[in-house]
Amino acid sequence: MMEPLLDALQFEFMQHALLAGILVSFASGIIGSLIVVNRMVFLAGGIAHTSYGGIGLAVYFGLPIFLGASLFAVGAALLIAALTLKKRHRMDTFIGLIWAVGMAIGVIFVDLTPGYNVDLMSYLFGSILAVSTQDLYFMAGLLLLIITVVTLRYRDILAVSYDSEYAGLRGVNVRFFYTLILILSALTVVVAIKVVGLILVIAMLTIPVYIAEKLSSSLLSMMFLSGTIATLFTLVGLWFSYVYDLTSGASIIMVSAVSLGVFLLFTHKKI
Amino acid sequence: MPIIEIENLSFAYESQVVLENINLQVEEKDFLAIIGPNGGGKSTLLKLILGINEYKEGTIKVLGNAPKKSLRHIGYVPQNTNVNTDFPIKVIEVVMMGHVDGKRPLFGYGKDEILCASGALAQVGMEDFAQTKIGSLSGGQRQRVMIARALCAHPRILILDEPTSSIDITGQREVYELLKELNKHITIIVVSHDISVILEYANKAAHVNKTLSYHDISDKKSTFHQHGNNEHFCEIELLQMLGSDNCDTCEDISPKWSLKP
Repeated sequence: MMEPLLDALQFEFMQHALLAGILVSFASGIIGSLIVVNRMVFLAGGIAHTSYGGIGLAVYFGLPIFLGASLFAVGAALLIAALTLKKRHRMDTFIGLIWAVGMAIGVIFVDLTPGYNVDLMSYLFGSILAVSTQDLYFMAGLLLLIITVVTLRYRDILAVSYDSEYAGLRGVNVRFFYTLILILSALTVVVAIKVVGLILVIAMLTIPVYIAEKLSSSLLSMMFLSGTIATLFTLVGLWFSYVYDLTSGASIIMVSAVSLGVFLLFTHKKI
Repeated sequence: MPIIEIENLSFAYESQVVLENINLQVEEKDFLAIIGPNGGGKSTLLKLILGINEYKEGTIKVLGNAPKKSLRHIGYVPQNTNVNTDFPIKVIEVVMMGHVDGKRPLFGYGKDEILCASGALAQVGMEDFAQTKIGSLSGGQRQRVMIARALCAHPRILILDEPTSSIDITGQREVYELLKELNKHITIIVVSHDISVILEYANKAAHVNKTLSYHDISDKKSTFHQHGNNEHFCEIELLQMLGSDNCDTCEDISPKWSLKP
């Protein structure tokens, strides 16, 4: 069973898929941890779907897809940050709105684009087998940025995530770090769309994190462990998708979900 | 000079008046209990003293300055420390959040910060739990950690919002005994519901229900009668006295407190 996989590794698209899988898994492990401990899961889902608006705009204006989606997602993140910092109790309403409006914008701009029918499915469910070298640079750059920010400002991010009111009283700029976490989330969501698609992004950002949270006693170890677990799921999912000719994004998520089930079965007595 | 001085303070959320014409002076090494019904404005008053909420009418001076300028001298223990218990964080990391800016290393925490946090943990008797995950502590232990976090900045004033609302009786006693010990050096302000317990430890009491009535209760043993050998004071009597000056809704609200026979 390993043989066809080793053969496959000779193809450039498969090497790219593996590299992209590892880069994106680590990024989503780290950022997913922040999303989960800050209770922003729904928010990340909103940003994921909104970014389809950016994809539509990029197609229409002939821009690189990553660029369009990133700018749009970051814009949405800034908007959500501004709105929710003022009226936190209305957060779910705003997210729901932005979620749907972003998708609608994307669909309309794809409609308006003459003579080109973008494959909507590849954005909904991912297209890890079509990762370009340019995409890889973008993913590597993002992971580097995330690691740098998290390493240098770990204690501020920890303080804001654990108890933002207290962090504010101790002189931490809560507004800034909250927005920063949202922007990094938006960028991570955009690269994760390439791997699992915007519908499945949420599972990629939460399942490894959920397992890691139970096994970690600090945020730092949770981030590292999430990244490792996510990488494992992605590689096994890719293998399944290749051997049984299944959609890669869905395979990765199913591998994650089944693993989570097994994990819960074996640990439920302790939890 | 009073350590906290509030004059003619009023505060409203949009159109709803929460606090009206509050006057209060807290002296160095006071142990002030702020009591009153839910929604009466106790927590709002704390947030004004901490500079979390901005006021428009009146003045608040903490150590002679505006609240925000004196933040580094105030230790704060918020309400509901039982939320977010799944968060993967060690006790020592929580305590180190209490440090105020100052000099910082590029990565992680400085040696002096770790030493200071360990010292604060020792002060509350939790030094053995430094590497424990916060979620696996009991409510009372977690409350002590939160007090250690507040002590980390070497505050001159310690403010606690309902510190014992979610812990058992033994835990409550322990927390108050700890506060009594700390009170030898630090001014303490506690918002609480358990009035009979708190009044054994406090030397002053402020009853807040939109307005504030203030009492010196340092010689309370002679003011209130006690029930038998029990250390508890008669709560009905206390409530009547503390709320009587200018609070006409207390009778409706008093059943919210648990009344001991």
